[in-house]
Amino acid sequence: MTPRFITRSLFFFMTLLLIEQFLNGLQIGLLLFLLAAGLTLVFGIMDLVNLAHGSLYMMGAFFAATLTEWTGSFLLGALLALPATALLGIVVEVIALRNLYTRDHLDHVLATFGLILFFNELARILFGVGGMAIPLPDSLLTHFEVLPGLPYPTYRFLIIVVGLLCAVFLYVLVQKTRLGMLIRAGATNREMVGALGIDIKLLFTLVFGLGAALAALAGLMAAPITTVQIGMGDNILILALVVIVIGGIGSIRGAFIAAVMIGLVDTMGRAFLPNMLGTVLSPADAGTVAEALSSMLIYILMSGVLVLRPAGLFPAPGR
Amino acid sequence: MASLLDVENINTFYGRSQVLFGMSLCINPGEVVTLMGRNGMGKTTTIRSIMGLTPAATGHIRFRDADIRGLPAYRVAKIGVGLVPEGRQIFPNLSVRENLIATAANRRHAEQPWTYERVIELFPRLAERASNMGNQLSGGEQQMLAIGRALMTNPHLLILDEATEGLAPLIRQEIWFCLERLKQAGQSILVVDKNVDALTRLADRHYVIEKGRVVWEGDSNALLAAPEIQRRYLGI
Repeated sequence: MTPRFITRSLFFFMTLLLIEQFLNGLQIGLLLFLLAAGLTLVFGIMDLVNLAHGSLYMMGAFFAATLTEWTGSFLLGALLALPATALLGIVVEVIALRNLYTRDHLDHVLATFGLILFFNELARILFGVGGMAIPLPDSLLTHFEVLPGLPYPTYRFLIIVVGLLCAVFLYVLVQKTRLGMLIRAGATNREMVGALGIDIKLLFTLVFGLGAALAALAGLMAAPITTVQIGMGDNILILALVVIVIGGIGSIRGAFIAAVMIGLVDTMGRAFLPNMLGTVLSPADAGTVAEALSSMLIYILMSGVLVLRPAGLFPAPGR
Repeated sequence: MASLLDVENINTFYGRSQVLFGMSLCINPGEVVTLMGRNGMGKTTTIRSIMGLTPAATGHIRFRDADIRGLPAYRVAKIGVGLVPEGRQIFPNLSVRENLIATAANRRHAEQPWTYERVIELFPRLAERASNMGNQLSGGEQQMLAIGRALMTNPHLLILDEATEGLAPLIRQEIWFCLERLKQAGQSILVVDKNVDALTRLADRHYVIEKGRVVWEGDSNALLAAPEIQRRYLGI
């Protein structure tokens, strides 16, 4: 084996590894985007901080797990869980959140934190403490070659495809339809939208239902990889909040770009930092530092973006 | 003839401070009526009370024989009041075209409804800016857009709060000319402005208000013949 052959092989494997980690990062980013999209619309239009968005993510996953058990089909279970969670979101909005719009952000935080506790308890009563698994059908348990020599799990690739399709759907909805125009108009001046004859409460209820369905989609797609468990939405909600702050509150485009950025930075950091630091530090130190650094990386990114653009990458004008 | 809008003895508050003290006015179908008075006398509050944006606490507001006091703004708009608000309040992140069509409606089934094409015909200037964002327009263009946006809801009554404030003289002329055309087409209009000359040429009747109530009302000839009213209440 010539040195040249070794270098070229090494380069080849590094490239494959990079592509694989890129796909992993993209997949996490797109899941985050689905969660953040609903959050940013709700925050943007109604100025409502909804910490319970993660609960809809969890409930969507539990619904999908239960419905998959009942129907025996993951696809059917998933398709039924979406309208079920949308309906749940609409009920929560009408019963609880509608009374909060005129209150300040602290009240929003307190009330929706209460909803998190409520939903965690509800899930415990309905679905038990043990959590649930969503078994994937055999057809999705396969790998396929994204590139020659690079097998990638079919299911993870499916998440990427569905996430991208949702991004396109939301782009068309927000940019090209009248509903989208009203959503954008509502994000900058909801009083004026009302004064021109639009029932902004009804509009918001619809948007909230849509956001709930997107959160459910993220939850049920993540579930087969992890498990469905109580509190599964709490940690990812923090990431989704980071995403909408970076992207600019109220902006779908910002949420998309920020979510993919976060997904990539987080995944790449965890994958490559230990080796990179290993070149300058002892292996033990490199491990410790890399672990600490990679969990901080997205917050460092957020601080950096906020220093340069305090209102996020794509701030809604007029706010 | 039944009046189109009948505001009777309303009292409106911002928090605990009262702004309107028994304000009354009426508008007949096809009429152009003005609301004049110095700043802070309650012109905008009167309009906000009619629209339901700042609801009147007591009194009556009837629009086409329906009691509208206490209705949310979107219901008032739906039964046929089109608002061109103070400061224009164009949606900055929507294009000119989107600003016009986002809230368009023809709920009263007008035979010749206002459409995007008709608004562009009324304000040819907006055609060149169709794909520009709302925040890229000049003040005059924004005012034209705000008028067009209200017209596209095909209202029975068009309300303009500060029709020409802060606009260049030539643009003002264009706005007055447009309102004249609308009047000739039978549009009922309630307009707030400070330009007595233009208003007396355009409008049928005038209300002068001070401290939240009407202190003088009459037609254009009466207002022109009453310089002391103009001096005392309008500061002219």
